[in-house]
Amino acid sequence: MEIREMTALTLGCAIKSRQVGVREAVKACLDEIEKKDSTLHAFLETDEKKIYDRVKEVENGIKAGKYTGPLAGVPIAVKDNICTRNRKTTCASRILENFIPSYDAEAVRRIESAGMIVMGKTNMDEFAMGSTSETSAYGITRNPWDTEKVPGGSSGGSCAAVAADEVFAALGSDTGGSIRQPASYCGVVGMKPTYGTVSRYGLIAYASSLDQIGPVGKDVSDCAALLEASAGYDAKDSTSVLRKDLQFTRYLRQDLHGVKIGIPKEYLSEGLDEDVKRSLADAVQLMTKNGAVVEFFTLGLVDYVIPAYYIIASAEASSNLARFDGVKYGYRAEEFEGLHDMYKKTRAEGFGEEVRRRILLGSFVLSSGYYDAYYLKALKVKAMIKKAFDDAFLKYDMLIAPAAPSTAPAVGSSLADPLKMYLSDVYTAGVNLAGLPAISVPCGLDSSGMPVGLQFIGDCFQEKKIIQAAYAYEKIRGEFPKAYGKGVK
Amino acid sequence: MAKRYETVIGLEVHVELATATKIFCGCSAKFGGAPNTHTCPVCTGMPGSLPVLNRQVVDYALALGMAANCRINQTCKFDRKNYFYPDNPQNYQISQLYLPICHDGFLEIRTASGKKKIRIHEMHMEEDAGKLIHDEWEDCSLVDYNRSGVPLVEIVSEPDMRNAEEVIAYLEKLRLICQYLGVSDCKLQEGSMRADVNLSVMEAGSGKLGTRTEMKNLNSFKAIARAIEGERERQIELLEEGKCVQQETRRWDDNKEISYAMRSKEDAKDYRYFPDPDLPPVVISGEWLARIKERQPELQEEKAERYEKEFGLSAYDASLLTQSRHLADLYEQTVSLLQQKEVAGAPKKAANWFIGETLRLLKDRGMETEDLHFTPGHLADLIVVCERGEVNNQTAKKVFGRIFDEDVEPVSYIEENGLKTVVDTGVLESIVEKILASNPKTVEEYQSGKTKVLGFLVGQVMKEMKGKAEPQTVNRLLMEKLQRGPSL
Repeated sequence: MEIREMTALTLGCAIKSRQVGVREAVKACLDEIEKKDSTLHAFLETDEKKIYDRVKEVENGIKAGKYTGPLAGVPIAVKDNICTRNRKTTCASRILENFIPSYDAEAVRRIESAGMIVMGKTNMDEFAMGSTSETSAYGITRNPWDTEKVPGGSSGGSCAAVAADEVFAALGSDTGGSIRQPASYCGVVGMKPTYGTVSRYGLIAYASSLDQIGPVGKDVSDCAALLEASAGYDAKDSTSVLRKDLQFTRYLRQDLHGVKIGIPKEYLSEGLDEDVKRSLADAVQLMTKNGAVVEFFTLGLVDYVIPAYYIIASAEASSNLARFDGVKYGYRAEEFEGLHDMYKKTRAEGFGEEVRRRILLGSFVLSSGYYDAYYLKALKVKAMIKKAFDDAFLKYDMLIAPAAPSTAPAVGSSLADPLKMYLSDVYTAGVNLAGLPAISVPCGLDSSGMPVGLQFIGDCFQEKKIIQAAYAYEKIRGEFPKAYGKGVK
Repeated sequence: MAKRYETVIGLEVHVELATATKIFCGCSAKFGGAPNTHTCPVCTGMPGSLPVLNRQVVDYALALGMAANCRINQTCKFDRKNYFYPDNPQNYQISQLYLPICHDGFLEIRTASGKKKIRIHEMHMEEDAGKLIHDEWEDCSLVDYNRSGVPLVEIVSEPDMRNAEEVIAYLEKLRLICQYLGVSDCKLQEGSMRADVNLSVMEAGSGKLGTRTEMKNLNSFKAIARAIEGERERQIELLEEGKCVQQETRRWDDNKEISYAMRSKEDAKDYRYFPDPDLPPVVISGEWLARIKERQPELQEEKAERYEKEFGLSAYDASLLTQSRHLADLYEQTVSLLQQKEVAGAPKKAANWFIGETLRLLKDRGMETEDLHFTPGHLADLIVVCERGEVNNQTAKKVFGRIFDEDVEPVSYIEENGLKTVVDTGVLESIVEKILASNPKTVEEYQSGKTKVLGFLVGQVMKEMKGKAEPQTVNRLLMEKLQRGPSL
């Protein structure tokens, strides 16, 4: 088996048993990046010198017994909205071009102290606002399965890089589906943990109450292992939760017996692509055959997910992104007259259209006279949605759902109609509103050969259940095809 | 007949809390420091940084709220106040709007016209902003974020004050409480206490509140008093001319003694307040409240009352000694040391030194009570030495001056400088005899009935003794000798 085709855990084992050197693994990634990334553009930055400096450190660390974890020596990628000390972190925005943080995100600190090697920063929708990775200020990322298709978003770079074997795993961030949807489009596994599981310190906020960092991997085991390495209580994040059940790899058991699964009926109504529906049905059949009990039920409030999500996310974004003003760091307009003109020009020139749209939307819903009607109401809806999920988990161990209504759309076909693009978050955004964990696993191909993702949604802090079910499903599903890359050699 | 007007005043006071670290990060909250040295990613608004609440700030806000008879919101929340300004690195200030920590309290003030309750609408916690410095040479603005994130409590009163005297009394009271609690040093000049004055006038007896203005930039009690007078006159003048008062924010220029409109209600910013998603609600348990309550120190009024009862001081003396907690602490320590040494009437004796000498020297040196730095033990030792008659009063005062300025150790100081009163009557007697012998005329005058010349003789002896004699003893010896007759 070629090194690049290994999973992260297999590679970790091979490194530990000295069958593969850390340097070799890194070289394999760099070769793939060299070969493919001029087409895919999954990465915004890879710095060979920094990588090789780190390789030396990791080689020594492994020898000295400092790095003993299952992923020690494994090259991974980090989404560009996660701060990396001394490495550019731009959120794929012009306003942060050349911004170099003086600190690591807590998640980065954790994976590095587990001996992983950060290969580079991955492309994304600007400030994680978008579903296609086309709103990046630095060019689009293409889907390794078909370069005429988008990889999804906003963690499109992380998912494309993993799908294309440019890296063994990656960190993404998920605010309304930004890990699960691109994972589905790229045929990889992506997971959004329970809110508060991975520290948000150093994650450049889009919508603070919804944002979570999560893993992208080639399979469920890799995701569980990467989450295990990156999760943990952090006093620097006041929304971080102290949990004791963080050994997610313990739940990699092939057992679906008696697992009660609910499928929200509303998810199968209009708007769901036939191919996606068929893949989902096949998966359900397979799981039922293996002992799971699957039932349809009415979740309720599904129509309110998107409006509530976009009001809350935009409101928070309008405030979170206020700090990008040309005063302290990042882009500043070259010509201006006075302070207010500097603010206006900097922000008009520094932010892309989608980001500006959401800042305006968010400012509007928070403005006096509208706050109660929009923001406060959206918070109430959020609480009701959480309640609807709570009720569902009284009956079911987990829910399953499509990760997206369709497979990856063609490049250039989405941005013209933002409202339609927003609606495609319907199966993912509710999970963020309720703070739940969910994992997307490839479950089939559509008629044009593009991957479809199946989402397992768990109750808060019940990662163990969805990891176990996703793992079991993955095993009974069998080998999933690799991105063969129309247009990528 | 000219109309009579009543002034209606409410205050918004910002108090900077004296915590070691800032409200949402671990940086030092100390005043000063080279620009941008007390900073980190959090208080400079770097991307990805997150606030973590300093619980000491909650402790202090609770202590202050309790002292001001407030009700406590045991679940309170932080909200973001959104506005763009370069001194505010995130372009939002973390404050409390919807659920402030304390509400519905009052402070009792005392003025010439008696006692009065001033109601407190609410108190909330928030972060301070940085400081902008305009560089005239380079024609650019620079920003110092050392103050960014320093904790503040804003205390919003009801419009219960009617004149500058009440306003000053309220502010003094608030300052004293903060000082006693140790939550703030409340220095207006350094900006650790800042007051915005909301003022309107109404026709006396009408009960109909007028339109108010808010005045900012008031850096001293005197400026506040002048600003209140100035604004009252300005508003009355407008009303007399048949014009309307505009609801607006005004900036007081204390040099010119006039105010300028800063922004009107129409330009009022929409701060788009919303709950800060980075900070979960603060839940204050019953135990937490009990802990703060238990730690609440004796405040000025209770202390003054105790001094009257326990120490037998007059109400006036008790109020002088309790005007600052630091002064009262020094006084009490001195008393307790004297009591250990079984000095009779210790509270009164110590009080005399504090009220007479300490307060006088403070005034002479232009110092604040907070600047006092002598060791109470040194004063106690000095009082003991006086009690034993080892130094006379004049000398003791001089020695105290050295204690006050340099905290010298009095016993060895007196020893080294040979300031002890000579109690050896043998030595004194010979000096007395010597003086009488060399002033036969004066002696004659005395014996012929002009007894007031005694003072001159005492002075001569004291001079010869270089002040090291007890005047009473000198007096007694002189009288004895003089009464023995002229046959010296």
